[in-house]
Amino acid sequence: MNRYPLWKNLIVAIVLAFGLLYTLPNFFGEAPAVQVSSGKATIKVDASMMGRVESTLQKAGLQPSGVFFDGNSVKARFRDTDTQLKAKDALSRELNPDANEPVYVVALNLLSDSPQWLTSLRALPMYLGLDLRGGVHFLLQVDLKQALTKRLDSTGGDVRSLLRDKNVRHAGITRSAETVEVRFREAETRDRARGLIADQLPALAIAEAAEGTDLKLVLTLKPETQKEVLDTALKQNITTLHNRVNELGVAEPVIQQQGADRIVVQLPGVQDTAKAKDILGRTATLEARLVDGSLEAQNAIVGSGPVPFGSELFKVGRGAPVVLRKQVIFSGEQLTGAQATFDENQRAAVGIQLNDAAGRVLREVSRENLKKPMAVVLFERGKGEVLTVATIQAELGSRFQITGMDNPQAANDLALLLRAGALAAPMEIIEERTIGPSLGADNISKGFNSTLYGFIAIAVFMVLYYVLFGVFSTIALAANVLLLIALLSLLQATLTLPGIAAIALTLGMAIDANVLINERIREELRNGVSPQMAISEGYARAWATILDSNVTTLIAGLALLVFGSGAVRGFAIVHCLGILTSIFSSVVVSRALVNFWYGRQKKVSKLAIGQIWKAATP
Amino acid sequence: MEFFRIKRDIPFMRHALVFNVISFVTFLLAVFFLATRGLHFSIEFTGGTVMEVAYPQAPDLEKVRTTVGGLGFTDTQVQNFGTSRDVLIRLPLRKGETSARQSEQVLEALRADDAKVELRRVEFVGPQVGSELATDGAMALLFVVIGIMIYLAVRFEWKFAVAAIVANLHDVIIILGFFAFFQWEFSLSVLAAVLAVLGYSVNESVVIFDRVREKFRERAARAMTAPQVLDHAITSTISRTIITHGSTQMMVGSMLLFGGPTLHYFALALTIGILFGIYSSVFVAAAIAMWLGVKREDLVKPVKKKDDEQPELP
Repeated sequence: MNRYPLWKNLIVAIVLAFGLLYTLPNFFGEAPAVQVSSGKATIKVDASMMGRVESTLQKAGLQPSGVFFDGNSVKARFRDTDTQLKAKDALSRELNPDANEPVYVVALNLLSDSPQWLTSLRALPMYLGLDLRGGVHFLLQVDLKQALTKRLDSTGGDVRSLLRDKNVRHAGITRSAETVEVRFREAETRDRARGLIADQLPALAIAEAAEGTDLKLVLTLKPETQKEVLDTALKQNITTLHNRVNELGVAEPVIQQQGADRIVVQLPGVQDTAKAKDILGRTATLEARLVDGSLEAQNAIVGSGPVPFGSELFKVGRGAPVVLRKQVIFSGEQLTGAQATFDENQRAAVGIQLNDAAGRVLREVSRENLKKPMAVVLFERGKGEVLTVATIQAELGSRFQITGMDNPQAANDLALLLRAGALAAPMEIIEERTIGPSLGADNISKGFNSTLYGFIAIAVFMVLYYVLFGVFSTIALAANVLLLIALLSLLQATLTLPGIAAIALTLGMAIDANVLINERIREELRNGVSPQMAISEGYARAWATILDSNVTTLIAGLALLVFGSGAVRGFAIVHCLGILTSIFSSVVVSRALVNFWYGRQKKVSKLAIGQIWKAATP
Repeated sequence: MEFFRIKRDIPFMRHALVFNVISFVTFLLAVFFLATRGLHFSIEFTGGTVMEVAYPQAPDLEKVRTTVGGLGFTDTQVQNFGTSRDVLIRLPLRKGETSARQSEQVLEALRADDAKVELRRVEFVGPQVGSELATDGAMALLFVVIGIMIYLAVRFEWKFAVAAIVANLHDVIIILGFFAFFQWEFSLSVLAAVLAVLGYSVNESVVIFDRVREKFRERAARAMTAPQVLDHAITSTISRTIITHGSTQMMVGSMLLFGGPTLHYFALALTIGILFGIYSSVFVAAAIAMWLGVKREDLVKPVKKKDDEQPELP
């Protein structure tokens, strides 16, 4: 009766082998590495970078223990930090000839030292949270109302120019908190305006109202438009943050949306929070200017003369070098949107929307400067980079296109850069956490040690108290650790210090199942049941209890998972996973061991489960 | 080795009233301290800034206090954290100031005094996050209580569900009472510990109720009265109860000893929870179930059919 069929034993063996395999990467530790990734949205790192990195290292006489390409970045692994630092210097010099204008991010990183075959099985070490490896965590609240306000501002302008273009007379346009109101004197004009707006501005919901003798159209953004505005605003902010973080040279930044209007920024390994905050909070500016096509300007470009008065020479970017007038036609704050699109000839183009004021200025400037080139420049850290130089083909307004893009990808990149110039909506830091690297290392060792010593104490007690069954229980508990760590590695769930505490606590609680089983077996023996029968009965009777008690613990774990955030969440994930693995290991694995030991013996006269004390019969 | 050599069932239920009075008094004390002293919430709930800095030698805390106070912060706290060389500085929220600048200001001022000071950790929590966390915490507690009650009511009977939840909520209040009395810091991880304890110590009641049900179903035990059955259930599981909690406490104790200051209050909350968990789920829960009048019929009738199918063998 105490024999597992082959398939059950196989399952136990397979699960344990799987656990061992995925736990393995955690033992190899991490090796110093240098990571090369793109520092600019216009440049992409591809497989050819691998060759460049390899040849650069070879030239510098440095021997990497491996060079990898993961789709976005190239990582080179080294044996010691000394070589790593040298390699970083060599690579920065080679890839970024102008140190003030870095094209690539060359950052120090740590790479798992596990062999290639493990990595290719997607067996990676556990992903450590910031409290264990050190770094900076920011939670930013995006003021999305501002994004809607911006959009409504430009809507007011759009309506005004639409009605003016079509010669519809209105008695004033006013803008309130969430609506734009247009007044009319006559019902007929109102109806015409209504038709026009519905036709030309599909993003608006229109309602009619009357106030005194005036007739009104009340315009609001349709819900789907609002949603789109908010989504774009959040995405744009994330893109902008990405660009800024790239400057910091962080190896694995995390920039994610959290909830409806929040963004999490995690920068592992960054110590200089002041600089990080500075860069994250900076506002980049975008300016459109006319190209100075004079002879002096041409001379200035080749270097045979001074830059003309009232103009500026730009050396970096597309279409550079170029001399631009200092006068600004419109700036980034006036830009309300930019997307990749197609022109009438189905060639890639970028559609740009400006607010009303900028549209009016541009209309005038473009009328006077037809067939002349205009440039858009992105200013960051006081330096300008030319994004595009295009010829003005017609009179432009608040909506126009930049055509003649090489391909849709180029159009996409330009649209992104145009948008990324400024934040779509202001952000505020509402949570900040900085953990120094020494504290991170401390936390790991403290968490690890307390788990280890606790485990040893439990193991010693179990073996003393339950003898052989204590050994089985301890092995089952060890299997539990193995499976839990394997699962955490496989899921790449973030392990934090509360997570380590959860591992410890889960182990402390998991032993409950084995105590229940062992006590039941003793009780059966005390009642005079035969040893084989006692094992079988003990497991069977304990099972219902184990299930019940784990379900109640799991309910608490799930509540923490659903409602918890931050520290609590890190705890809850590990806790819930631990409960699941503990049911398997403490019941199935320990039974397999017991069956293996006793099941094969024909006659068992005594179980090594410690002394069984019986009350003397009265 | 066998720790528990019990000849016959211990008449726990005869003293049920005493147990209930003891727990009622501790409960009232806990409520009293919660009401008068209140919990010392961490900045995760209240909002504010916490900085942990490390010095090569133990610094003069008074001097650090004056330096921080000199920056115009009111209501700051400066204390040692773990060792005498580590200092924890708490700054309250200040209106109109960009949050994150505070920590830089303070660090600059401290650096001016002693250039070797090292920043270990900064945590800043805005006011909106804090109130959200408090609501989420309350929601989680509610979810756990309702979830466990439904489960126990389905699995056993409503009287057991009520008894178990009352017993364990009283645990929670007592843990909170300790935190209020000693003004220990109540942080998110302590909340996690409290909820984990709630789920864990309900186990205790479950194990006993399982025994009660088993005994009620036994034909041979027909003659036993409800208190006798409860006594038997507690007596026959007491060995398991002590050993299990002892093992869990070994782990928690190890965290308390080796886990450092970050895990200190987490482990402390667990320790109190485990100790009172044993007491309340064994004595209080069983006694309440008895007062509520559990009968054989409550458990035997509805589950009769289920009983025929053996629980699945592992």
